[in-house]
Amino acid sequence: MKALRNWFNKQKPHLEKGGKFHMFKSGFGAIETFLFVPNHTTKQGTHIRDYVDLKRTMSIVIVALIPALLFGMYNVGYQHFIATGQELSFWPVFGFGFLKVLPIIIVSYVVGLGIEIAAAQMRGHEVNEGYLVTGMLIPMVLPVTTPLWMVAIAVAFSVVFAKEVFGGTGMNIWNPALVARAFLFFAYPSQMSGDSVWISLGDKAMIDGFSGATPLSQAAAAATKPIAEVAANHGISYSLMDMFLGFIPGSIGETSKLAILIGAAILLITRIGSWKIMLSTVLGGLFMGTILNVFAVNSYMAVPVWQHLIMGGFAFGVVFMVTDPVSGAQTNRGKWIYGFLIGVFGIMIRVVNPAYPEGIMLAILIMNMFAPLIDYYVVQGNIKRRLKRAIVKA
Amino acid sequence: MSKVIKLKKGLDIQIKGQPANILEHISRPETFAIKPADFHGLVPKLTVAVGDKVKAGTPLFFDKYHPEVQYVSPVSGEVTAINRGERRRILEVVVKAARENLSEEFLKADPQNLSSDVIKVELLKSGIWPAIKSRPFGIVAHPTDRPKAIFISCFDSSPLAPDFDFVFKDDANAWQTGINALSKLTTGKINLGLSDKKENSIFSQTKGVEFTSFNGPHPAGNVGIQIHAVSPLNKGEIVWTIQPQDVVMIGRLFLTGKYDSSRIIALSGSEVLEPKYFQFWRGGSLTGLLKGKLSKENVRIISGNVLTGTSVPANGYLGFYDAMVSVIPEGNYYEMFGWALPGFGKFSPSHTFFSWLGSKKNKYVLDANMHGEERAFVLSGEYEKVLPMDILPVYLIKAILANDIDAMEQLGIYEVIEEDLALCEYICTSKIMVQSVLRKGINSMIKELG
Repeated sequence: MKALRNWFNKQKPHLEKGGKFHMFKSGFGAIETFLFVPNHTTKQGTHIRDYVDLKRTMSIVIVALIPALLFGMYNVGYQHFIATGQELSFWPVFGFGFLKVLPIIIVSYVVGLGIEIAAAQMRGHEVNEGYLVTGMLIPMVLPVTTPLWMVAIAVAFSVVFAKEVFGGTGMNIWNPALVARAFLFFAYPSQMSGDSVWISLGDKAMIDGFSGATPLSQAAAAATKPIAEVAANHGISYSLMDMFLGFIPGSIGETSKLAILIGAAILLITRIGSWKIMLSTVLGGLFMGTILNVFAVNSYMAVPVWQHLIMGGFAFGVVFMVTDPVSGAQTNRGKWIYGFLIGVFGIMIRVVNPAYPEGIMLAILIMNMFAPLIDYYVVQGNIKRRLKRAIVKA
Repeated sequence: MSKVIKLKKGLDIQIKGQPANILEHISRPETFAIKPADFHGLVPKLTVAVGDKVKAGTPLFFDKYHPEVQYVSPVSGEVTAINRGERRRILEVVVKAARENLSEEFLKADPQNLSSDVIKVELLKSGIWPAIKSRPFGIVAHPTDRPKAIFISCFDSSPLAPDFDFVFKDDANAWQTGINALSKLTTGKINLGLSDKKENSIFSQTKGVEFTSFNGPHPAGNVGIQIHAVSPLNKGEIVWTIQPQDVVMIGRLFLTGKYDSSRIIALSGSEVLEPKYFQFWRGGSLTGLLKGKLSKENVRIISGNVLTGTSVPANGYLGFYDAMVSVIPEGNYYEMFGWALPGFGKFSPSHTFFSWLGSKKNKYVLDANMHGEERAFVLSGEYEKVLPMDILPVYLIKAILANDIDAMEQLGIYEVIEEDLALCEYICTSKIMVQSVLRKGINSMIKELG
C-alpha cells in the first residue's frame, strides 16, 4: 500500500503541464482518487467536512442496484432454460445469465468511461463519478438480446449528446440511462420491443407453445379484444407471485420487484434516494390507474391499480430513474409535483397508447424536461413571499 | 415568559473536545495583534509606526472610507511589527505588551444619562465600535445609520462553543450597563435570543429588552437565524448585531472609563489535552495559551469555531470577534479506499456511513481533510436540511456563481452571512466552497449598492 502510494507520488510530475504524460492527467487522477482519498485539507470556509463525497454516494447507488442485477442475471438464464425446455439447476442457470449480461456491462463501462475521461481531459477537469451509476443502469434497462455494438452506440450517444454537450455530470437535462434506452427504442425498434427480444435463446430453439411475451405486451394485446372475451386476469398468463418475484421476461434489471424493493430500502435508509419523489410517483401511478379503472372500456384499463406497480419497468423507474437528483426537480415542493406527474403519465402512456408498451421511460424523459419549469415556479413562490413581506411592512 | 420558536432544521455536529466548566488564569501574553482581515471590506490607514508607544485604547489604524471608525491597541506597550502580505496588504499590527497595562482615559458615566451622540462618540473613540456589525452583509456598522433593531444571541450553538452561562456569570453589572448604552443607538428594540435548554441566569434578568427563546440544533444560536425568525430583514432595512462579550466590554468602558479587552475564552477540540476555559485578551498571542496543552504537532489551530473560524499558526493571535480557540487534527493524509470503507468511526449526518447507527451522544474526532474532491452540484435537498430559513440556498449560491445581482437580491442575500450557510458547506457532498462563494456575492452586492 505504501509502495503503491509512493509510486503514485513519483509519477505525478510527469502528468503536470509539460510532462510527457500530461494527456493522461484526468484518467490518472481518476484512478488515484479511486484508490486513495486525497490528502487535501480545507483552506477556507469550514475547517471540517463531512466524510461523504460523490464517490461514496454513487457507490451506494451501485450497491442498491446489485440485488436487481444479480436476480436479472439469474432470470436471463431461467427464461432461457424454460423457453428451450431444459432442466433447471441453480449454477448453470445463473452462469448462463452471467455470461450474457457481463459483456453488456463491460461494453457500457468501457465506452462510457472512455468518453468521460477524454471529455474531462479536453476540459482540464477531473473525472466525475456520475457515469459509475449510469453505466450500470444502461445494461439493466435493455433486453438481454441487444447486440453489443448497439449498446456501444447507445452509450456513446447518451454520454455525448445527453451529458457532455450540456457540460457533464450535474448539468444534464435528461437522465442519460433513459436517453440511451430511448435512442435504441426509436433507432432499432425491432430489437427493443416485440415478444422475441426478451429471452436469450442461444443456439437452441424455442419449445412449442412458449410465447416470450411480457405481461405488459400481453395486457396490451388483450386490450384490443372486447372485455367479455378476455379472461379474468386481463390476458396476463403469469401469476402475480412470478411478477413480483421476477420470473417473467423483461429488461435485465426490471423484472424482480422484490430485488428492486431491497434497492429502494438501501436508497431510503442512506437518504440518497428522495422518499418524496418515490412516494409521489407511486401515488401518481395509483391515481391514474384508479381513474382508468373507473372509466375502463377495455380489459387493460381494468387492470387493478396495484398490479401496475409490479408490471413492466414502473418499479425500476420509480426507484432508480425518477430519483436521479440531477435531471429531476430539485426543490422540495417541486419533487412532489414532479414525481406525481411521472406516475400519472407513466400509467397513462402505458395503458392508453398502444404504440409504446412501456410508458415509464417516456414519462420520466418528458418530466425531466419540465423539472426546471416546476422548480422555476417554486423559486418564484419563494421570491414572492419575500417581496410580500416587504410590502406588508411598508 | 418569552415566546419559544422551534427550529427543526439544522445539525449538532458530534465533535469531540467540549470544554469543561473550569476556568484557568494564565499570565498575559507577551505580544498582541490586531488583524485588518478580521473586518470585511476594511481598507486600513495606519496611525502608528514601528517603535511607537501605545496604551490600551490608542488607535493603531482607521477605516479609509469611514475615518471615525478606529481600531485600537488592546494593550499598552510598543508597536514592534507591521506584518504585510501580498501587495503590501497589512496583515497584522503587533504590539509588545509593557509590564504594566495602562489604558487611555474615557468617559466614566451611567449611559442612561447620556445622549446617543455622546455614547456613539465614546464607542468610536475607544475603538469598541467595530464590535457592532450591521446586517445586511455582516460588516462593521456605519455610525450614521439608525438600525431598526439590535439583535444579540445569548447562546452559541456552534460546535464546541463556550457556555455563556459559565463565561458571563460574574458580569451581570457590566452586561446591563452595556445593554443600556446600546439601547440608545436604535430607534427600535434590543432583541435577545435565548436558548430554552440553558439557564440564561444573567441574560433573562436583563431590563429593557425583548426576549425570544429558541429550541433546536445549530444554527439556532446564529443571530442571522434569529433575526429571520423574529423579524426578517427586507431590502433597505438595517439591523445591528453584537456578541455578548463585546456588550460586557461596552459596560466596562462606561463603568470604569477604561478599555478592558479581557475575556474568558474556551480552548476546545479533540487535540487539546484538557479542554477548558481561560482568562484571555482580545488579540492575544496564542503561544503561551497553547504551550504544553496539545496532544500532537500536526494540528489545525482555529481562532473561532470549526465551521467559521480562521486558521492561525501556533504563534498566531486571537481574532477580534472570537471567544474560542479550536484545535483539531490537520488530516493531511491519504486514505486507501477511504470512500468505500464501512465507516463505523466516521461521523456523517448523511447516513452513508455506519456511524449513524451509533448513539447520538458519541463524540468523534473530526479533522480538516476534505474527504473528497470538489464536484458539480449533483444531489439536491441537502442544504435545505440544515438551514432553518425560508431561503433556497442552492439557488442563491447559483445566482452568485452567475453573478446575477437581481436574483441574489430576490433570493434573500440580505438575510444571510457566511456563518448561516456554514453547515451547508460542511455537509456538501460536492465539496462546494459555500462560504467563500457567499462572501463573493455579498461583495458584489456592496459594490452594486455603492
